[in-house]
Amino acid sequence: MNRLPFAALLPLGWLLAFVALPVALVLALAFGETADRIPPIAPLLEFAHGHLVSHLTVAHLADVVRDPLYRSAFGNALVNALGTTALCLLIGFPVAYAIALAPERQRRVYLMLAILPFWTSFLMRTYAWIGLLRDSGPVNRVLLALGVVDHPVHILYSPAAVLLVMVYSYVPFFILPMYAVLEKLPRDLLEAASDLGGRPGYVFRTVTLPLSLPGLLAGALLVFVPALGEYIIPDLVGNSDTIMLGGVLWSEFFENRDWPTAAAIAGIAAALLVVPALLLRQHLARDRTGTVT
Amino acid sequence: MRRPRPAYWRIVSLYAGLSFLYVPIVWIVIYSFSGATTAGVWRGFSLQWYWALADNDTLRIATLRSLLLAALAATVATALGLAAGHALSRRRFRGRYVLGGLLAIPLFVPEILIGFAFLMLFVAIEGLTGLAVGKGLLPLVVGHATLGMPVVASVVVARLAGLDPSYEEAAMDLGARPLRVFLTVTLPLMAPALASGWLLAFTLSFDDVITSSFVAGPSFATLPMYIYSSVRVGVSPVINVLGTLIIGGVALLVTIAMLGSRGVADPCP
Repeated sequence: MNRLPFAALLPLGWLLAFVALPVALVLALAFGETADRIPPIAPLLEFAHGHLVSHLTVAHLADVVRDPLYRSAFGNALVNALGTTALCLLIGFPVAYAIALAPERQRRVYLMLAILPFWTSFLMRTYAWIGLLRDSGPVNRVLLALGVVDHPVHILYSPAAVLLVMVYSYVPFFILPMYAVLEKLPRDLLEAASDLGGRPGYVFRTVTLPLSLPGLLAGALLVFVPALGEYIIPDLVGNSDTIMLGGVLWSEFFENRDWPTAAAIAGIAAALLVVPALLLRQHLARDRTGTVT
Repeated sequence: MRRPRPAYWRIVSLYAGLSFLYVPIVWIVIYSFSGATTAGVWRGFSLQWYWALADNDTLRIATLRSLLLAALAATVATALGLAAGHALSRRRFRGRYVLGGLLAIPLFVPEILIGFAFLMLFVAIEGLTGLAVGKGLLPLVVGHATLGMPVVASVVVARLAGLDPSYEEAAMDLGARPLRVFLTVTLPLMAPALASGWLLAFTLSFDDVITSSFVAGPSFATLPMYIYSSVRVGVSPVINVLGTLIIGGVALLVTIAMLGSRGVADPCP
């Protein structure tokens, strides 16, 4: 261990100023009070009439914990994030597995095809689903033509639409770490297992699956953590009855201008995320497999 | 060695999975060329919405603003990400764990929390000093650079992991000072990774809605903020045109970035 290198000072200082300090400010604001001014908060500590006056309260935190509206917002977000994670796993695993077992030259092309949409305007891809899922949209037209339904189903502006678009947007987060692990599975081990008479299902259950667990966990966490706070997808394709974590924070801040309540929601959400985030970090620190650093 | 037999279910799931990812993109592109006045209705091939976009001043200003912002934020993010990534992979020092931990926050914490926190910082600075730092381009550049920095750092770390340290050691053994080693040996070897890091930070900024909505006032709307507010009202053919242009441009940049960095440009840190 040496002294802090000079070159590391700048990024460290930047992160302290623009990540650590803002997060600390939000946590402090969760104990603040609203005020009828701009910005709409009372100073946490104030020197008035010769006394040091503090405006600190746990009322907003208590509200967020007790109020059924916020509770259901947290519950909805949790259910939605868990559902998204489960479906990403179900869809992402076979895709990652197929890419990993493809011939070497095709592998790079498939991988690039899987990553490209992830980097290509998230907002525009979410927007496209509004058009696709409308009552008169292509999804309904296909369902009608196939005779699956006899009148258009209302998919848009429902929790199902949110789940579908969430899975769509987050599945690359799962495919990549999963692929990184599956690609490194020792092939001779799989061959040995099947040469010794293991049926494909048995080999998969006893060799492939246990060895791919680290990638599975990393992928699941990489989906779950950001999914919990997702705001844009539920706002654009969901209905206003199933409001989620991101939605209540947004409306407390922008519509009600109740900053301490917004900060309390943010603080509690951050506290809930500490455990999965630490798990993920632990995992990534242990796993030095190149693509996941 | 026996080659594994291609199983049908593998091929089916691969193509089904990839098509799922591309359906919305194809929808946007096809209907941008429709002559109909409502999006998603086909009424003959037409470029009329492309011309309508060219005439829209609000959109032109927002686009130029977003391009400038993305270029500035990506440049700052690349400088910071290079310094952080280099320190993390080539040095052992006190505070290394803190640096790595802080770098992970923007990647793992939902952006809505980060965006909110950025605004609180600018409000606090304005409240304490009376300087109007929370207006215009500055808070946007700072916010987007902070979001892009961990992405650049992870590209840098991945590139340095595959780079033999003996090049740098040889230069040092020959008497070059650390700064000179960095400028003449490390930096040229890092150039492709830096270019892809810059492009990735650029696309992150160019697509950002949440952080921008918090730190930029409505009077300084970026292109994604403009798109977002019009998409909330409904679909429109002009948005399809805009989407086609953005997707085409970004896909081009990302393809260049990925070819330059040989597969490290994945979303995982």
